[in-house]
Amino acid sequence: MSAAAPALGPWLSSYARKVPTWPVYLLGLVPGVFVAWDGVTAIADGVDILLHGFGSLALQFLLASLVVTPLLRFARINLIKFRKALGLLSVIYLSLHFAVWLLLDLQLRWGLIGSEIVKRPYLTIGFAAFLMLLPLAATSWQGAVARMGTQGWARLHRLVYPAVILGAVHFVMQEKVWLSQALVYLAAALFLVSLRFLWIRRW
Amino acid sequence: SVAGASAPFAARAQEALEPHTWEQITNYNNFYEFGTRKDDPARNAQDMVTDPWTVTVDGLVDNPGAYSLAELIGDIPTEERIYRFRCVEAWSMVIPWNGFELNKLLAKVGVQDGARHVAFETAVLPDVMEGVNTPILDWPYREGLRLDEAMHPLTIMATGIYGRPIPNQNGAPMRLVVPWKYGFKSIKSIVRISLVAEEPFATWNQSQPNEYGYYANVNPNVDHPRWSQASERVIGGGLFARRQDTLMFNGYEDQVASLYEGMDLTVQF
Repeated sequence: MSAAAPALGPWLSSYARKVPTWPVYLLGLVPGVFVAWDGVTAIADGVDILLHGFGSLALQFLLASLVVTPLLRFARINLIKFRKALGLLSVIYLSLHFAVWLLLDLQLRWGLIGSEIVKRPYLTIGFAAFLMLLPLAATSWQGAVARMGTQGWARLHRLVYPAVILGAVHFVMQEKVWLSQALVYLAAALFLVSLRFLWIRRW
Repeated sequence: SVAGASAPFAARAQEALEPHTWEQITNYNNFYEFGTRKDDPARNAQDMVTDPWTVTVDGLVDNPGAYSLAELIGDIPTEERIYRFRCVEAWSMVIPWNGFELNKLLAKVGVQDGARHVAFETAVLPDVMEGVNTPILDWPYREGLRLDEAMHPLTIMATGIYGRPIPNQNGAPMRLVVPWKYGFKSIKSIVRISLVAEEPFATWNQSQPNEYGYYANVNPNVDHPRWSQASERVIGGGLFARRQDTLMFNGYEDQVASLYEGMDLTVQF
């Protein structure tokens, strides 16, 4: 790289400024289309493919949304304008994940659904993460910040920290064995959340 | 096709079962030696060499030794058994196995007095099994049956599916099939059969004793700690297939319930 080349951070940031956010939504939905296609065309068990595919994407996008702020802070790469899209994509996939479980896996057997959420810790935990993310999605529009005040809005959105850890724990717990992939997600979630503790003073 | 004392058992077991397709049966497998996803074994098991194949028979037997597969089972005629297959993960299939009753193999090797259980072991082939290089389970995969369960006419050794040699991902060249137990008991690609006095090591039971019992009988009344076992998803019915109620002993209650008389199945699950 020549000396005249701009540093990566500012270069990426200035490039990001020119890119609108709608392609992020569009691109973010592409892996979901692949999951849906795999599920619909599955030879044996499409429900399992949809359930795990959407669940994994929800966790991946949530983790991606949590990378944005540290990137700005430590690498001077400003991708803040895409953070909302990443978070909303996560909630979209989480809603699909939950809908597949309700409709296709447990098939609206409400008694079973209720008892499963209460009796199975990994489901209780996953459901709690889902509930935590819903108010964040509901207050993701511009006007919400103005109405709630920046401080109140920011405080509410700290729910993303317990939510991502619970989501990763849910992922680890539903496996029959300790899978390195699930553990990497949990480690990433713990790392990204602990970074916040280093710089957030007021809780 | 095979006459004998076991024919009525087999006939009743096969009643009104519609087998799944070859594609479904051979592309949806739990065989963690070849990866933990359901489609991993079909993709990764193809390099396993199953001919020649040696099975060691030891313990309390009259004729111990390391047998070639042909020596051990070459003279035992096979028959078709269409069985329900219920995974502990609450999904199920119907599979048309080709095989023979395990008791015929045991008769051949001569079970000695004092033997109370049969222990089985799966091959460990690190060059072709990427899974055994990770400590997700205590390899080799091992399972066991009480001797009376092993001798039961419904318990078979399978060497084929749909009249074709059993594919690697389904446990070539020889696997156990115990249709009234959760699928993980039906150990694949067997390289060792030991007749023993004590309850042997069983991989999943050892891994999570509160989740996987030694008996692992299909039982809709005993939940897995992380999910209900009262119903199951039948594989291959499409995204909107109805859940089906799980049957006691996977529908083989008439044939096998007597094996467990006097046992508390919620404790010895």
